Amino acid sequence: MPNQDELELLQELGDTVGTPKLKEKVRMSCNHVDVFYNETAQAIFDVSVDLGKNQILAMIGPSGCGKSTLLRCLNRMNDTIDGCIVNGEITLDGEDIYNKTIDPVLLRANVGMVFQKPNPFPKSIYDNVAYGPRLHGLTKNASELDDLVEESLTKAGLWKETKDRLNKPGTGLSGGQQQRLCIARTIAVKPEVILMDEPTSALDPIATATIEELMYDLKSSYTIAVVTHSMQQAARISDRTAYFHLGRLVEVNNTDDVFTNPEHKLTENYITGRFG
Amino acid sequence: MNTQDHISQAYNDELEEVRSKVLTMGGLVEDHFQGATKALLKGDTELASDIAKYDYKVNALEVEIDDDCTSLIARRQPTAGDLRNVFAVIKIVTDLERIGDESEKIASFVTELSVDTKSMTIYNSLKSMIKTAREILSAALDCYARLDAKQALEVAKLDEDLDSNFNDLKRTLITYLIEDVKNIEDFIRVMWCARSIERVGDHAKNICQYVVYVAHGNDIRHITDQKD
Ligand SMILES: Nc1ncnc2c1ncn2[C@@H]1O[C@H](COP(=O)(O)OP(=O)(O)O)[C@@H](O)[C@H]1O
Ligand SMILES: [Mg+2]
Repeated sequence: MPNQDELELLQELGDTVGTPKLKEKVRMSCNHVDVFYNETAQAIFDVSVDLGKNQILAMIGPSGCGKSTLLRCLNRMNDTIDGCIVNGEITLDGEDIYNKTIDPVLLRANVGMVFQKPNPFPKSIYDNVAYGPRLHGLTKNASELDDLVEESLTKAGLWKETKDRLNKPGTGLSGGQQQRLCIARTIAVKPEVILMDEPTSALDPIATATIEELMYDLKSSYTIAVVTHSMQQAARISDRTAYFHLGRLVEVNNTDDVFTNPEHKLTENYITGRFG
Repeated sequence: MNTQDHISQAYNDELEEVRSKVLTMGGLVEDHFQGATKALLKGDTELASDIAKYDYKVNALEVEIDDDCTSLIARRQPTAGDLRNVFAVIKIVTDLERIGDESEKIASFVTELSVDTKSMTIYNSLKSMIKTAREILSAALDCYARLDAKQALEVAKLDEDLDSNFNDLKRTLITYLIEDVKNIEDFIRVMWCARSIERVGDHAKNICQYVVYVAHGNDIRHITDQKD
């Protein structure tokens, strides 16, 4: 039973406002998702939201509000956490990704993830990108693999800078280049959705701008969900913005609307830098 | 939409300071218009040339407020209600500055008039136009001070009265123009004054519309125009 304070807070949070569900062009869909880290620790409460095709959804909110938790549900990264339970339904192109018949490894190729700290493998630039395609047997021979590596590095905006040093270690690149290498590695396995968890928080402003520009280019081929603690970043790059608070999805709307005229008082407080 | 409660107290202060400068500017502009129209009704040329001083102060404040807003946008990247607030300030000071210009025009016609407006048959309609315009302006500034969107919608409607007053006065003046050719220049001067008074109403109406925009985020400029 929730106590009085919790009841008041719940009332204040209310139901999700805005347009969490899309009428068309839905790629991924969360329906009434709850996430527990154990019986008593619930991190996500009844979240329903759609990811639109070729759109960037920005997920914002105070730290600890569950952004990363929900993002990790989208490619079942939470499966690896002991005791973590995901209830509700999450679909990719209409198919339940938590269905017993789904292979999580294949799912994670379809729904790739880029992390906050660039984490290239301690291998060459080439092998970093070739790793996934080799694992999934995506290419028939060496020249096809070469082509795929080139294509992925090109899409990630890194080909020109690395084509003459493909055998050098990926860890020798600058922070921004390493992050683009991780993006190249993610797209090498031909995903449909790319998840990014604070992908630029370890980067300087120039490297950040390069990644943001890359995200903008990528959305014509992929669907992207990005967790960011920079509201300006959400405002700059996303089509839709979702505001989370204490594990609840408070508001989802077109980014223009969220940043000029949010519907929910809590969204307004957060994005204007007010006390919540 | 208040300017307060930010985690950054300095941000609260900056927003509040801009707001208070706009109110100061509004007060100056109101006095300027009050003086110009008083000079027009009384034929007081001394007052008419005296009030030119307002123009410098108003222009200086406009520049200052614009600078404040530019720096707020660059340094604070205001969003949502704060963004609408800053955007509305930029628009409102433009309207205020224009009201100053109209007042200046009225004052300069007063110094050129060769007759007392009191002796003119349109004196009473001119007087009532001025009364309405002053009311709208003062009510619009009041709505901004209190950010009262509901009242602002009401005040904006008063501008229709002013427009129809102006049209009546214009028709009357035209008949005089035809009958009394030797006073044609004075009639035209009065016509220009009436036109300026009517414009002041339009600017005051714009201010009301920005108050609604700050409060609710909807742009009602053209919605109301269509109904006209
Ligand atoms: N592996 C975990 N085990 C237990 N609790 C966790 C774990 N990861 C996150 N949490 C808790 O879940 C809540 C949401 O965390 P998280 O999704 O990381 O938030 P965000 O990304 O918005 O900062 C927090 O209260 C956090 O402490
Ligand atoms: Mg996180």
